[in-house]
Amino acid sequence: MQRELHVHMHELSLAENVRQIIEESARAQHFQRVRCVVLEIGQLSSVEPDAMRFCFDAVMAGSIAEGALLQIIETPGEGRCQDCGFCMPMQEIYGLCSSCGSSRLQITAGGVMRVKDLAVE
Amino acid sequence: MCGTCGCGGRDVLISGRRPARAPGGGAISFRVPGADAAASSQDQAAPMDLRLIQVERDLLSKNNDYAGENRRQLAAKGIFALNLVSGPGSGKTTLLVKTIAMLDGALPLAVIEGDQQTENDAERIRAAGAPAIQINTGRGCHLDAKMVGQAMDQLVLQDDSLLLIENVGNLVCPSAFDLGEAHKVVILSVTEGEDKPLKYPDMFRAASLMLLNKCDLLPYLAFDVELAIAYAHRVNPDLQVIRISAASGEGMPEWLDWIRSGCRKAVTQCAVSPELESGLSIMDIPVPSPLQGEG
Repeated sequence: MQRELHVHMHELSLAENVRQIIEESARAQHFQRVRCVVLEIGQLSSVEPDAMRFCFDAVMAGSIAEGALLQIIETPGEGRCQDCGFCMPMQEIYGLCSSCGSSRLQITAGGVMRVKDLAVE
Repeated sequence: MCGTCGCGGRDVLISGRRPARAPGGGAISFRVPGADAAASSQDQAAPMDLRLIQVERDLLSKNNDYAGENRRQLAAKGIFALNLVSGPGSGKTTLLVKTIAMLDGALPLAVIEGDQQTENDAERIRAAGAPAIQINTGRGCHLDAKMVGQAMDQLVLQDDSLLLIENVGNLVCPSAFDLGEAHKVVILSVTEGEDKPLKYPDMFRAASLMLLNKCDLLPYLAFDVELAIAYAHRVNPDLQVIRISAASGEGMPEWLDWIRSGCRKAVTQCAVSPELESGLSIMDIPVPSPLQGEG
């Protein structure tokens, strides 16, 4: 139960960062209303897409992105073995190399969480 | 239905507020509230004139900028900064108090305390003889780099010193927020489960050192030390581990050696950096000497 709370708290603060990025973009690019927000969330980033969806509306309320649609592009995780160089898909931030069994895997994709695009008026 | 991003044609319907991924993971489609009717009625609700802005900014970019600034300031002053993270109740503050007592003024240090509420921890640190600033995050569940930068300004940090940052007790969020520290140190106490590293892998992955605390209680517990360490290494093969007890002092000399070695490195790096400020005395920090007990 406590973990649930923390997980949502985590996405809540990240959603606040999304709002900040939107507000800064609005000042730089001169727009007044955001209709759609596209986030790229890597499978190996620390963001749970459902929790982000859960927090998003509440955090955007009162901002220029109030009522905006949230689109999340989930990018798959990939890693490279630091011992044998083998590249493989990763579902978690740790694992074993599917070629040599080493646990020294470096994440090469799916670690990002970013605001990708905005559809604005 | 976005008027500008070229995602017309076989739009994926986003019903209500819930977005869906385009088939094949290709282009994303927007349906704008109020434009829904356009699908069935051509007469009304022409696509809204929307503009697509490419932002491409990391969610933590702002925090990372502040963290970078903190790191520059710390490096310029030869300060070794540690971000201590753990779940609530692992004994972080007791560990700090003991660390301060055992260093006994040999190394100048300051502490930044993070909690949602109360000044209690900062008061404990001050009582132990070190300057401390309390950050209350309110509903926030972690320290961020901006808060820490502000606290650093208030603390008036000494050159070639140690800065200990005790993060909010939480094994989730602090893993993502860089504060500008040299290392994250994760504290796991033996009164918790061995599988915490597997349950909260981000934190154990982000840390350089794990302190396995409260080891004096092991005789009374079923905690499997080797299993906990194996789990931690599964998540982070490079994680260093020191078994300690802040209460009994067991393992503390090794922890203090680890700190001193980091401090010496910070001073050396500061000295060789091009922004070397004059008047720096290198290698002032005492070489590890045996501290009470033999561990």
